[in-house]
Amino acid sequence: MTVEPRNDAFVAFEHVQKSYDGVTLVVKDLNLSIGKGEFLTMLGPSGSGKTTCLMMLAGFETATNGEIRLDGRPINQVPPHKRGIGMVFQNYALFPHMTVGENLAFPLEVRGMGKSDREAKIKRALDMVQMGAFANRRPAQLSGGQQQRIALARALVFDPKLVLMDEPLGALDKQLREHMQFEIKHLHENLGITVVYVTHDQGEALTMSDRVAVFNDGRIQQLAPPADLYERPENSFVAQFIGENNKLLGTIEELSGDKALVRLATGELIDATPVNVKEKGGKTLVSIRPERVEFKPEIMPPGAHMIDAEVLEIIYMGDILRVVLKVAGSDDFVMKMRNTLGQTRLEPGQKIKVGWHPQDARALDP
Amino acid sequence: MADAAQILTTADGRPLKAALAAAQGRAKRRAFLLVLPLLLFVLLTFLVPIAYMLMRSVEHDGFAASAPALVEWFDENPDFDPANPPEEAFAALVQDLARMQEERTTGIAGTRINYSVPGSISMFKKGAREAAGLEPPYKEALLAVDANFGRPALWRGMASASNAYTAEFYLVASDRKLTDAGWARGGDKERIYLYLFGKTFMISALITVICLLLAFPVAHLLATLPMSKAALLMILVLLPFWTSLLVRTTAWIVLLQEQGVVNNLLVGLGLLDDKGRLSMMYNMTGTVVAMTHVLLPFMILPLYSVMRVIPPSYARAARSLGATSWTTFRRVYLPQTLPGIAAGSLLVFILAVGYYITPALVGGADGQLISNLIQFHMSKSNWSLAAAIAAMLLAAILILYWIYDRLVGIDRLKFG
Repeated sequence: MTVEPRNDAFVAFEHVQKSYDGVTLVVKDLNLSIGKGEFLTMLGPSGSGKTTCLMMLAGFETATNGEIRLDGRPINQVPPHKRGIGMVFQNYALFPHMTVGENLAFPLEVRGMGKSDREAKIKRALDMVQMGAFANRRPAQLSGGQQQRIALARALVFDPKLVLMDEPLGALDKQLREHMQFEIKHLHENLGITVVYVTHDQGEALTMSDRVAVFNDGRIQQLAPPADLYERPENSFVAQFIGENNKLLGTIEELSGDKALVRLATGELIDATPVNVKEKGGKTLVSIRPERVEFKPEIMPPGAHMIDAEVLEIIYMGDILRVVLKVAGSDDFVMKMRNTLGQTRLEPGQKIKVGWHPQDARALDP
Repeated sequence: MADAAQILTTADGRPLKAALAAAQGRAKRRAFLLVLPLLLFVLLTFLVPIAYMLMRSVEHDGFAASAPALVEWFDENPDFDPANPPEEAFAALVQDLARMQEERTTGIAGTRINYSVPGSISMFKKGAREAAGLEPPYKEALLAVDANFGRPALWRGMASASNAYTAEFYLVASDRKLTDAGWARGGDKERIYLYLFGKTFMISALITVICLLLAFPVAHLLATLPMSKAALLMILVLLPFWTSLLVRTTAWIVLLQEQGVVNNLLVGLGLLDDKGRLSMMYNMTGTVVAMTHVLLPFMILPLYSVMRVIPPSYARAARSLGATSWTTFRRVYLPQTLPGIAAGSLLVFILAVGYYITPALVGGADGQLISNLIQFHMSKSNWSLAAAIAAMLLAAILILYWIYDRLVGIDRLKFG
């Protein structure tokens, strides 16, 4: 899909293409505009072109074709040190031969700032990430999480308007990562900076971003706020990449407005919302989230179709129960049940019927 | 309770430390046995010869063993006046000279004295030939053979040489010589050892700097190129290692001599007059060029091993923080390569200080270094003097190593 660049965009990619070898395109016709103060995440599997886009924006890679603008100014020819963009790297890239204080002083020194101004700014930046007491330590003496905070402080200390983050939390353990996501989000809100964040972790993308651009194969597959992305994926790649997802393959039996009836290969009929299917008789992949699958007929809307299922396995996960079902010939259909008091207990081998609200089943390209 | 906490025991009551030692002892003994052959080899071929060489630099019994009468007399009269030795001293000398002639030890005894008092060998030979026929008073008789037998310097030298252990060789190697008044600095033209030491260190420093300047970009390229291309370049770097030293040096002779490829090319292009051919061989230039070539890999490899592990993200981070490429190099990249620079420089410098074959082949008269002088003395069987010069060289290098350790730290050394 393409988004027409807005004129007031803070960062704009216009028809940007990138090739490393002159044979294949790593980034294919990228159009993207990022508003001032926005937190935009580039999400995608490795090799999808998201990091290349970030590197082009930072100035470490040159666009093969197209234009990148920052605050209305084309920056294709501007060397990285003149772009004034803060950047946080995956491995932090703190200079090992300098103390924390010297690391933070570096961007200020190269800008010719006086000593007293520098010290005030360094102190403010360190306090901002709660690392005020660490100015005289060496990076090697800090834990991963502390190094991450210092890297963040260094990218922010010279007050850049735009901060790029290249999988900054990839090396941290789960708990610390979730804590840092929260802190980065708050820094973004408090400072009013624009953040472009690259990750392959969909959870991270969904919790932190204003908008997420899902990359695959050098293109943006969908650009949307997190809730839209999860609940209304526009194609089967996005549906499969974001969250867990049940897939049922079939042909369009009836198509009327925002309703479709799909006949599965085993002959059953199911309800779905047409998204990018065009005509009756066409092949489609219906995507349903496991937590939207229901097995109690009383809460289904009148007239909704339900199909036969057999319970294969129940996995106890604490807060939820994961029920693996055999549906329409495939045995990897998953239903998630909340583990509440009085929840109906299912047994392996039990025959049930499952269904869903038509708007939760999205008929996508096969 | 306190005792129980201090001495931990195993479940069956043995002290924990003893149990640990017993458990690990077998593995440690096996590991030691694996190292043993190398240890013995190093001991026999390296440490023993060095100890022997250091010994030779302070020990020479050439005179002490072949002049027993004088040794005895010197022992009895430690405070004699070298300017005017008494008749008994001359009597002992004549007795010893006669004995030397008989036992054919004149040469070795004369050589020992010759170190500190040049010209002694021929005097001793002449004296020894005549000694059997001399009559008392021996002083006049011997002075009639050669008046130099009365020189105070000679008597000082003999008194000193009557002890097999001496520091004289170090004095000689520091350009001192024995005069009639005692030890003194030699004249300007005689000061060759300290001059050559100085020159050797200067040239080695120059070669180290040239190696560093040439190696740095190459090592950087090696560290940043993709694997396949880096491997090819690495082969080119290592090629000098796989070529015979003689072949490499001869190749430089072919290139740089007056009728050589470079000169012919320059003359052919009209840049040089035929009479103005550059002399780049058999002098200092030849030594520097050939040694730089030989030693370059020793600089490239440690630099490469350090640069290879510097992630490119450091440079990117510096650039994104607003540094120009020059500032990035100076403040971020260069400081991180310091362990490699230090290791390579130390290696090249130490190797250059002891280099011998290349200067011998291409150095001519002007391009000789201290090791060539060591070799010269060894070929003349002046083992003790050669050993003294070598020991001084060794001491200088150990001092450098110590300074390096204080400044940079040996643990930061990286040889690849």
